[in-house]
Amino acid sequence: MLPMASFDVVSPETVEDAVRALAAPGARLLAGGTDLLPTLKRRLTAPSRLVSLHRVAELREVRVDEEARMVRIGAGMTLARLIREPAVATRFPSLAHALGTVASPQIRNSATLGGNVHLDTRCRYVDQSAFWRESLGGCLKSDGDTCHVVPKGKRCVAALSADSVPVLVALGASLRLVSAEGERIVPLEEYYSSDGVRHIGAAPGELCTEVQVPMANGLRRTAYVKWRPRASIDFPLVSVALRFDLQDGEDGEGGGAIAAAHVVAGALAAKPRRIRIPEAVIGRRVDEAEVATMVADAAFAQCKPLPNLPYDPDYRRKLTRVLTRRAMANLLRPPAERPR
Amino acid sequence: MSGQSVLLSMRVNDAVVEVAVKPHHTLLDVLRDRLDLTGTKQGCDTGDCGVCTVQLDGEPVLSCLVLAIQAEGREVRTIEGIGGAEPHPVQDALDRHDAAQCGYCMPGIVLSAEHLLRTTGREVDREEVAQALAGNLCRCTGYVKILDAVVDASQITAKDTAKDSTPPGSGST
Ligand SMILES: Cc1cc2nc3c(=O)[nH]c(=O)nc-3n(C[C@H](O)[C@H](O)[C@H](O)COP(=O)(O)OP(=O)(O)OC[C@H]3O[C@@H](n4cnc5c(N)ncnc54)[C@H](O)[C@@H]3O)c2cc1C
Ligand code: SF4
Ligand code: FES
Ligand code: FES
Repeated sequence: MLPMASFDVVSPETVEDAVRALAAPGARLLAGGTDLLPTLKRRLTAPSRLVSLHRVAELREVRVDEEARMVRIGAGMTLARLIREPAVATRFPSLAHALGTVASPQIRNSATLGGNVHLDTRCRYVDQSAFWRESLGGCLKSDGDTCHVVPKGKRCVAALSADSVPVLVALGASLRLVSAEGERIVPLEEYYSSDGVRHIGAAPGELCTEVQVPMANGLRRTAYVKWRPRASIDFPLVSVALRFDLQDGEDGEGGGAIAAAHVVAGALAAKPRRIRIPEAVIGRRVDEAEVATMVADAAFAQCKPLPNLPYDPDYRRKLTRVLTRRAMANLLRPPAERPR
Repeated sequence: MSGQSVLLSMRVNDAVVEVAVKPHHTLLDVLRDRLDLTGTKQGCDTGDCGVCTVQLDGEPVLSCLVLAIQAEGREVRTIEGIGGAEPHPVQDALDRHDAAQCGYCMPGIVLSAEHLLRTTGREVDREEVAQALAGNLCRCTGYVKILDAVVDASQITAKDTAKDSTPPGSGST
């Protein structure tokens, strides 16, 4: 049993009240609690007040905004609901797939998208009880001054482990953040820093209300690669999101050829990593074996897993190449789109 | 002042329950220690094992990762609220298939399986059962008999559902 230290809980019903409650010193947001409660039980954080979002109905809406050409997903939507939500499943199949691989069915019933995007970084030296960590003298992320992953390092390199993040970055998503001072929109790609102790770009007092995902402007193929020892529940140890925008037009006249490639990896260090894809893939077809090899080799060259997560980093690196190449053969197309 | 008790009101197994809780108490703490509903088990306490599974508004969740306060005004179902004088078809099938060894995982498995059968309302296959029970760890068995039992139970509940959904006036009632 891992009892938590005491705190207060307030349960506002509107975003306005939630933001007001969050402005108090020591306040912290609580959504599904599936990341925050383990963190509190492991005594990695000690808020004096939790602002629970479970009564804020306006955070649980999904709106297809045709005018702005985006789907606005309320940060309080549970992952289980989102997977069943037609606006998500038909428009963003790789996102629906990624959310379906998060944790277990029970956890997906509580877990929210806002909580996923704000998931704390993970490391085998810190996701442990306070007692366990004490025996090592802590680390940069928990009452210590060294890092056990990069012993001479001055910065924590704990891993971004949220399955939604690489996919949302590849899809060009942004967050709407609201605070007592006003609101702002931040592209997700610019939201994270490489410091595993504070990798999230929200200022104190900011609440994420909405994840904005732009709609496709033409044909598109996507995929999400995730590897973990137990497919039933584990966090990702390899995590790669793929998105290929295809040219319009007739077959044989360049139609269906790659117009742009967006490949983003997670589960490395604290930030999602955009993989540079060789120019040579542009204009070629996604189903060419040589294209698959080029993309997989780029992922291999640019992803260098660290011993921050379980399993041999070299093995995870090799798996990144193999699984990326295989994913290229099974790219997802929106179910609504007629096969060409 | 931080950590003052609050009065929590929720429905547990169809009865209204009022109980004073600390804000940092989990739903699991309150069910077991305050309401004496010890059928819900505690294992890892951090979301990994699923033995603490209960249903909140009909959906399986982990009671070790839900604050009791978050259940305010909501409907909680625990293993004590499944089956009545007769065991639920899932419980009966687990028994007939000898699916339990130590039994510690069983309450959680029953709550996950009952949700699957209730929401599908039809016969399910082993793969669907495995997906639905992905968050329920069993350290004793190899899951084989558990999967068999839930598939078997679905054949019985599917028939019951078909009976229940007969349009009024078209049967012998
Ligand atoms: C056994 C286990 C396995 C897991 N496996 C996976 C996995 O495979 N993949 C994965 O991605 N995750 C996994 N998780 C982690 C977690 O369940 C998910 O990331 C989940 O989506 C977190 O959402 P939540 O609503 O429960 O967040 P909470 O725990 O409520 O919050 C998480 C963090 O986000 C902040 N936050 C929440 N909502 C907002 C908001 N609207 N604005 C700003 N900040 C906010 C909170 O303050 C907190 O810091 C796992 C967890 C467990 C226990
Ligand atoms: S990466 Fe280093 S500092 Fe960060 S949690 Fe792991 S051991 Fe600690
Ligand atoms: S005790 Fe809740 S998941 Fe293990
Ligand atoms: S029967 Fe012992 S844990 Fe499942």
